[in-house]
Amino acid sequence: MEYEAVIGMEVHVQLLTKSKMFCSCSAETFGAEPNTLVCPVCLGMPGTLPVINRKAVEYTIMTGLALNCQIAEFAKFDRKNYFYPDLPKGYQISQYDLPLCFNGWLDIEVDGQIRRIRIRRVHLEEDTAKLFHFGDYTLIDFNRAGVPLMEIVSEPDIRSPEEARQYLIKLRTILRYLGVSTADMEKGAMRCEANVSLRPKGSSELGTRVEIKNINSFRFVKQALEYEIERQKRLLEQGKKVEQITVGWDEEKGTTVIQRTKEYAHDYRYFPEPDLPPLVISREWVERIKASLPELPDAKSERFQSQYGLSPSEARTITVEKEAADFFEACVSLYPNPRKLFHWITGEIFRLLGETGSTFDSLKFSPESFIKLINLVDKGTINQNTAKSILREMFSTGEDPEKIVEKKGLALIADEAALIKVIEEVLEANPDALERYLGGKESTFGFFMGQVMKATGGRADPNLASKLLREKLAQLKNR
Amino acid sequence: MAITREEVEHIAELAKLYLTEEEKEKMQRQLSAILDYFAMLQEIDTSLIPPTATVLPLRNVMREDTPAPSFDRDKILANAPQKVEGYVKVKVVLE
Ligand SMILES: [Zn+2]
Repeated sequence: MEYEAVIGMEVHVQLLTKSKMFCSCSAETFGAEPNTLVCPVCLGMPGTLPVINRKAVEYTIMTGLALNCQIAEFAKFDRKNYFYPDLPKGYQISQYDLPLCFNGWLDIEVDGQIRRIRIRRVHLEEDTAKLFHFGDYTLIDFNRAGVPLMEIVSEPDIRSPEEARQYLIKLRTILRYLGVSTADMEKGAMRCEANVSLRPKGSSELGTRVEIKNINSFRFVKQALEYEIERQKRLLEQGKKVEQITVGWDEEKGTTVIQRTKEYAHDYRYFPEPDLPPLVISREWVERIKASLPELPDAKSERFQSQYGLSPSEARTITVEKEAADFFEACVSLYPNPRKLFHWITGEIFRLLGETGSTFDSLKFSPESFIKLINLVDKGTINQNTAKSILREMFSTGEDPEKIVEKKGLALIADEAALIKVIEEVLEANPDALERYLGGKESTFGFFMGQVMKATGGRADPNLASKLLREKLAQLKNR
Repeated sequence: MAITREEVEHIAELAKLYLTEEEKEKMQRQLSAILDYFAMLQEIDTSLIPPTATVLPLRNVMREDTPAPSFDRDKILANAPQKVEGYVKVKVVLE
């Protein structure tokens, strides 16, 4: 029997606010000394009163709008009760039945096909403390406790591990465009859980779901889902039942492992948070937030197709990162040849970024400086290959391309006398080849050109050198 | 009894309480009495009344996103039974 995977995703995103969700401790916890960004509110001391961070609510509404959600008119917070040392209060303030955003969707593209993934809800909660497990004890750093955390829950509309990966990539792109999160999975700013079940292809019933927790990279999402789908398929083919379990992804072993969850599964006993009055979200507020949204990746991609004549896949490539799209546009405004710039940027700059594992926002040179380089090629001062090596240097030092050309003497030799001298030397050094040429073997011309380029370290202006070589050979032939 | 012995044990486990057999018995009796009392409220027709999330007349109490200094770490850790290099130390939570 052929099976089909049914996958839903829950993605937790740390919001880029300056302060925490319910107190004014700094939310910029990365690299901070343990337990230095903590106060009685985020520690849940008796008698303290949490107050909602307006920015976090706005960021969540922004995200909801970008994901085509409806925005609640009335929302509230609830207590999710469980005991674990990463939760100082014994409950997490979250949203249960009245989330800020609901009923949205996100389009992804897999194998040239657009797939619409419905978004069930986007809600706001607080992050937990960080635990460090050692042999027989655990250390706790409460800095992260209370940092705004947004949860984005999809409907089980995802059908393959690759779709899951594309969904996450698209989500990250949108979150970064909005500027609401770094969405950096490696640093834990975006964390993902997936639930997956199998069913006979074409069937509409749902199989038993297995939850996969702790997936912290795009690669692992795919690997973990592939592994889990394979495992369930084998069970079903053997006529066995899939049990409803929670597993974690063990990246070292490359397998999923069962997690013990009986202590705090299912029974969270949610109830309305009595310390936080509900939110009535006016349509004026939503409209204001809507008006402040930046151009989103899909819209930008479409505009790049119509405005700059890029193909759909080219437009997507350049708009995945907002910084890349901005750089491209800034370049086009200085040098109106989008196709050429697209190839330079996605070819050379993307490669340099890939080699060094860096991103566009850390680029050391400006669009102006990059266009100077392209102009140097156009004017014939340098050739394409020299330009690539200059770009490499600009990439590591940020230096001006004209200065690099000057400093390193990289300009093409366009001096006729100098080139004639080189040509004469080449012909003198290769009398046999010259004889063959004069005897009618014209293809030897390419050999001489190669020698001229070699003698000049590739810096001979190719058009001029070719013209001068032709003239010189014609002279010798007619003599 | 409105509540079973198993439910009492389950709730105790969620609350991380370890009850003796007598305590379980006592809890079952007391919790049942409370639930019976609340059962009287169930008789009222509330189908036309929206659920109450709060009894306060307040709405939209929010603060601006402005960070302020946190507490001294010494104060924060003062109640921790054990601490190591600025961390709170507890017995292992994952076996
Ligand atoms: Zn705090």
